[in-house]
Amino acid sequence: MTPPPAGRAALPGSLAADPWRSHAARIVAIRDEAPGVRGYDLELCDSAVREAYRFRPGQFNMLLLPGIGEAAISIASDPDAPHRLTHTVRAVGNVTDALARRCEGDEILLRGPFGTPWPLGALEGGDVIVVAGGLGLASQRAAILTLARQRNAYRRVVVLAGAKAPAGLLYAGEDAAWRAAGIEVERVVESADAGWRGAVGLVTDLVARLGDGRRAGVLCCGPDGMMRAVAAAAAGVGIGPERVWVSMERPMSCAVGQCGLCQFGPFFVCLDGPVFRYDRVARLLEIPGL
Amino acid sequence: MGPPTDTAAPLELGPAGLDRLVCILAETHRVIGPTVADGAVVLREIASAAELPVGWIDEQEGGRYRLHADASAGPFDHVVGPFSLKNFLFPPRETVALLERGAEGWRSRPPEGAPRALAVVGVRGCDLAALAIQDRVFLGSGHVDPAYQARRRDLILVAVDCRRAAPTCFCHSTGSGPAACDAGAGRVADLTLVDLGPGPAGSAAEDLGIEPSAARRFACRAGTLRGAAILGRLRAEGLAGSLAPADSELSAAVPRATAARLAARGPGERHLDTEGLRDLLFDRLDHPRWDDVAARCLACTNCTLVCPTCFCASVTEIPALDAERVERERRWESCFSLDHSRMHGRAVRHSTAARYRQWLTHKLAGWIDQFGVSGCTGCGRCITWCPVGIDLTAEVAALRAPPPASEGGRA
Ligand SMILES: Cc1cc2nc3c(=O)[nH]c(=O)nc-3n(C[C@H](O)[C@H](O)[C@H](O)COP(=O)(O)OP(=O)(O)OC[C@H]3O[C@@H](n4cnc5c(N)ncnc54)[C@H](O)[C@@H]3O)c2cc1C
Ligand code: SF4
Ligand code: SF4
Repeated sequence: MTPPPAGRAALPGSLAADPWRSHAARIVAIRDEAPGVRGYDLELCDSAVREAYRFRPGQFNMLLLPGIGEAAISIASDPDAPHRLTHTVRAVGNVTDALARRCEGDEILLRGPFGTPWPLGALEGGDVIVVAGGLGLASQRAAILTLARQRNAYRRVVVLAGAKAPAGLLYAGEDAAWRAAGIEVERVVESADAGWRGAVGLVTDLVARLGDGRRAGVLCCGPDGMMRAVAAAAAGVGIGPERVWVSMERPMSCAVGQCGLCQFGPFFVCLDGPVFRYDRVARLLEIPGL
Repeated sequence: MGPPTDTAAPLELGPAGLDRLVCILAETHRVIGPTVADGAVVLREIASAAELPVGWIDEQEGGRYRLHADASAGPFDHVVGPFSLKNFLFPPRETVALLERGAEGWRSRPPEGAPRALAVVGVRGCDLAALAIQDRVFLGSGHVDPAYQARRRDLILVAVDCRRAAPTCFCHSTGSGPAACDAGAGRVADLTLVDLGPGPAGSAAEDLGIEPSAARRFACRAGTLRGAAILGRLRAEGLAGSLAPADSELSAAVPRATAARLAARGPGERHLDTEGLRDLLFDRLDHPRWDDVAARCLACTNCTLVCPTCFCASVTEIPALDAERVERERRWESCFSLDHSRMHGRAVRHSTAARYRQWLTHKLAGWIDQFGVSGCTGCGRCITWCPVGIDLTAEVAALRAPPPASEGGRA
């Protein structure tokens, strides 16, 4: 049989030989994170499956509601505690609306983990700048928790998180803990309300004010246009496209490179991404309708 | 598939031998072969060699397919029709997982019941090349599709070297025909047939001679141990015998003659220049030709449905009435549909230009990054079955012309 192309191999920790096999997981806690956005803590029901499950920051699961459908959702919890998986989900459609009607104690199904991780190892010894637009921060929380734990391996660690309005800022209650771990956290909103004391503007403004970025790497997640703007701002402070990573979203139904829906130029977002080094996708992101 | 054994010399198989071959395969396998239905040569379950399209010949051009009665046409003188191995190995609809609600809650398990193993008769070089490509998709990307793997393991292939090429064929450009073995080492059929007559090797079907086509003889060689065992049985039953030296030469000459006719095509005739094509296409994502082809393309999805390598699919949930059981059904999807790229309520590839560009660049360029090979086998199906006759070889030729410097195109 033909060998797999270079660079593609089964992900370690992937749950099953059958990529379509999902596993039951109990919702053990639900939190409101922002208007329309909830955090779900899940525990895989089967103890053998739970013990074998490992993931890396930036990877995602396919959450399955029987009879309703499946959605790709980032794993937002600490990879060091893989027995309890957090997913932060905005109710926007078929699956995510139905999930919002589930209660603590209910079961759903999931398969995973899938996708490429944030390159934390490659950034050791340097500065790490995490830049999030809106819900993008969900894909980066696992990385932030890892950076907090391994804080000494890095120089500056900065989180720049933007949202349209203050209510949309995710995990705002965790700023104190992240700061206590030695992480600089800055939040910015596009339009403030009466209670807002922080910055108003775009995350790109915060990137532009970072200072010398020559030893920094950027981890960015948000809408396609926001990621292009962040990469441009990063270049302005000396962070080249080969030191910027972005996490992309595309529709997907299999998550293992066999359904073709998530294609982006020569890439499968599910296998080659969702985390891409920016120089590999920069040109593709400039082309409308790719 | 057993290991290839080239040692077995080809044997001669007469009409009775071909019929017996189908019967032997049917003992253990569901036999699929070319047969005439709905005005085309399609692939279907067949019970005997009598169902092969003897006496029919196809005429194919861009946007055109006609079957003509032709008493001289043998069982494999037709060129590939709208079906391919894909229809059977990667069926248009298939349950990929079953969800059941039990005492413990919802559980997911593989679909029940392995369907009967398949044997496919009349497979061409381009089909074998397409199979090798789909193997890379469903077995080689690091995740194995279990149902595909099971069908693939049990699959018996009886290939045929092409005596004839349609004007839409361009396997000479993609290195996947007209001989079955042109698809490359490792893509071995269990048995390969070469039609030895009645007419002189290499003549077009129209002038194949006057002998009744049912009287065809074949050179039959085994490519695997399993194929050798079947051939051995035919020999033991007296239905396969040694091949005369002249016929042995003829069996090699048949595909050579077809190849020579393809190679002799003039500049106006169909071929695909694959030199540097991957880089060229990714460099020309904003070429104005995408808008030009989009003005003709109906986004009907035909090309992706008939293409033997296209693999896009989406999954639909089918709940049983009692809601205690859900089938997750995978269905063919097409990059020409808006749903294929729907995200945040809008199609990423909203314009037809963007969708045709996705199809062509994926097929001829992205595939190379993803699977190490081009996704095109030169079978010509997408040209024949396009209702408006869009021809990817012509589109590639047009894209090779540098875009006019002044007006940059958009998609
Ligand atoms: C790698 C990856 C990680 C992700 N991580 C997260 C995450 O952590 N959290 C998260 O919340 N999301 C995440 N997503 C996004 C999530 O997968 C999608 O939003 C998914 O589509 C939600 O599924 P759904 O069935 O609820 O919505 P769908 O029903 O698929 O709807 C999706 C969008 O399309 C619109 N829509 C649907 N049908 C129509 C129609 N007929 N006409 C018009 N509009 C329509 C909906 O309003 C909605 O905006 C991630 C995606 C990827 C690829
Ligand atoms: S792209 Fe067209 S010619 Fe190439 S394999 Fe597909 S159907 Fe055949
Ligand atoms: S190229 Fe032809 S067959 Fe393909 S979608 Fe367009 S009109 Fe249909």
